[in-house]
Amino acid sequence: MARIEFDRIRHSYEANPQSDADFALKEISMGWDDGGAYALLGPSGCGKTTLLNIISGLLHPTDGHILFDGADVTRAETQARNIAQVFQFPVIYDTMTVRENLAFPLVNRGVEHSEIARRVEETLRIIDLEDKADRRARGLTADEKQKISLGRGLVRNDVNAILFDEPLTVIDPHMKWVLRSKLKELHQRFAFTMIYVTHDQTEALTFADKVVVMYEGQVVQTGTPDELFLKPRHTFVGYFIGSPGMNVLPCSMDGKTAHVGDQAIKLKHGAPTDAGELALGIRPEFITLTSGRKGLPFTVGRVEDIGRFRIVHGDVAGHKVAAMLAEGAEIPAHPRAVFDPANLNLYADSWLVEPQGVAA
Amino acid sequence: MNKTWNNRAWFMVLPVLLLVAFNAVIPLMTVVNYSVQETFGNNLFFFEGVKWFQEVLRSDRFHASLMRQLLFTFLILAIEIPLGVAIALAMPRSGFWVPVCLVLMALPLLIPWNVVGAMWNIFALPDIGLLGYGLNALGFDYNFTRGPLAAWFTVVLMDVWHWTSLVVLLAYAGLRSIPDAYYQAARIDGASPWAVFWYIQLPKMKRVLTIAVLLRFMDSFMIYTEPFVLTGGGPGNTTTFLSIDLVKAALGEFNLGIAAAMSIIYFLMTLLVCWVFYTAMMRGEDQ
Repeated sequence: MARIEFDRIRHSYEANPQSDADFALKEISMGWDDGGAYALLGPSGCGKTTLLNIISGLLHPTDGHILFDGADVTRAETQARNIAQVFQFPVIYDTMTVRENLAFPLVNRGVEHSEIARRVEETLRIIDLEDKADRRARGLTADEKQKISLGRGLVRNDVNAILFDEPLTVIDPHMKWVLRSKLKELHQRFAFTMIYVTHDQTEALTFADKVVVMYEGQVVQTGTPDELFLKPRHTFVGYFIGSPGMNVLPCSMDGKTAHVGDQAIKLKHGAPTDAGELALGIRPEFITLTSGRKGLPFTVGRVEDIGRFRIVHGDVAGHKVAAMLAEGAEIPAHPRAVFDPANLNLYADSWLVEPQGVAA
Repeated sequence: MNKTWNNRAWFMVLPVLLLVAFNAVIPLMTVVNYSVQETFGNNLFFFEGVKWFQEVLRSDRFHASLMRQLLFTFLILAIEIPLGVAIALAMPRSGFWVPVCLVLMALPLLIPWNVVGAMWNIFALPDIGLLGYGLNALGFDYNFTRGPLAAWFTVVLMDVWHWTSLVVLLAYAGLRSIPDAYYQAARIDGASPWAVFWYIQLPKMKRVLTIAVLLRFMDSFMIYTEPFVLTGGGPGNTTTFLSIDLVKAALGEFNLGIAAAMSIIYFLMTLLVCWVFYTAMMRGEDQ
């Protein structure tokens, strides 16, 4: 077990990266706690897999260092790192039985026969494949194959971290849930560090203690699911997490007052004068539609019924806004949208403006 | 579901039926016709039953050319398949050299059989050919028109030169279709290069290699032009393979009955081996 640390890691797939745009992974410095369950969340092509392959040593970063428990392993080969990885498509050795598949990493490392047999038995029990131990691995279903991939990591007792690269992509929907619970259970039992790449927010939020959101090669926010929901540090996080995503309204600031179109909203803090393009971010969950005098005029467009809620798509001062309405609540005749001030965020150039250190 | 029975649809397959009839069934039936009859010219035929078949199957000459044929095919497969796989493994996976290698590999495949035979004939001549002269200069007593061993060596080498590329291209295609994740997983599992070959590359190449073996078997088992141009079946009969023997019987000696019976036996052997391969391949798919 080990703590993994990134010290100004950058990576480019090009031989001679010139500009920032050449880097698939822009400079990242962060730590991964021993025994933590992390989800790497982001759209396709945002650098998630690159980051994962740097940890496992399949890729060597262009710049920066990676440390395991303080020891520099940047140039260390995969075999020397004690990392296990489960890939998007199940990797199994076709010609071997399930048992031989699990024994393979140990055989390669020259572990003693009796020890191999003992650990393989144990792993078979953990991944629930005891009754198929002597079947050829190629005939099994996708979820069983993924369990074998995982088992090849579990069987080694020297593993620092298990990396998952969208492991549930090819699994049937009803098996996804089963496999996910299994992973959670194993994580709690063995306390290995777990880094899980996905582009599915439900998967990320239900699975991880900490979610790392990536966007265009950068880590835009690391936090608990709650933090990501309530205080998105970047408008992308607000938009990517939540359904529907956060509403973003371009605005201008006058002291602590934000102007959206011809409407004014009082904020708790202002923005620096050189802040760049400003916008307000408010989640649909924190908008109430009232018939009073408070709030901004709201033109109702389409209404979507999603069961416990209704999503009202409308228009505030010329910008599209979605609001969530509890079941049974009526839409007023001349609705006004009231934003919950506690959950109204201000963004400058897409990045959250924090209250502290900001000119009043 | 109620099927509509409309037998007029059969007319749709008529063109293909005619095509197959004229290019396969009728010629084959002509051979069958010759194989059970004796003719003295002038379209006079006498029915002989299985006499020609009995004669062929009992003849030492047929046995000898069959053994030569089997040995030749065995050598070809034993050399070309492993060599082809080895070359495919050594070829670059990406970059500038990939198309260069592919074109170089494809070149021998584009040369017609008789040209290959003529090329090697000149190449191997002991007095003026580079190979022949070179070997003699190195102290080997090499003359493929005189020594049976030299003749075999030249014929086999020529076929290896001409057809190993086919195995290389097929094996390379098989290798390229293996997802990177397999190699990455193998690195994480600490597999040696040998283990990667044995447990990942070879199993993943199984299908294309089956096809390669099948194609090389059929081609080498039916080989005619190249050895005919190079050695003409000699010295003596030492490189007289089945098809050369067949042509000698049919066109050299006008033993049409014997030749027809040989053809059918020859055809059935090829068919049998192909069927065995096909079944084995399909069974592999089901698992």
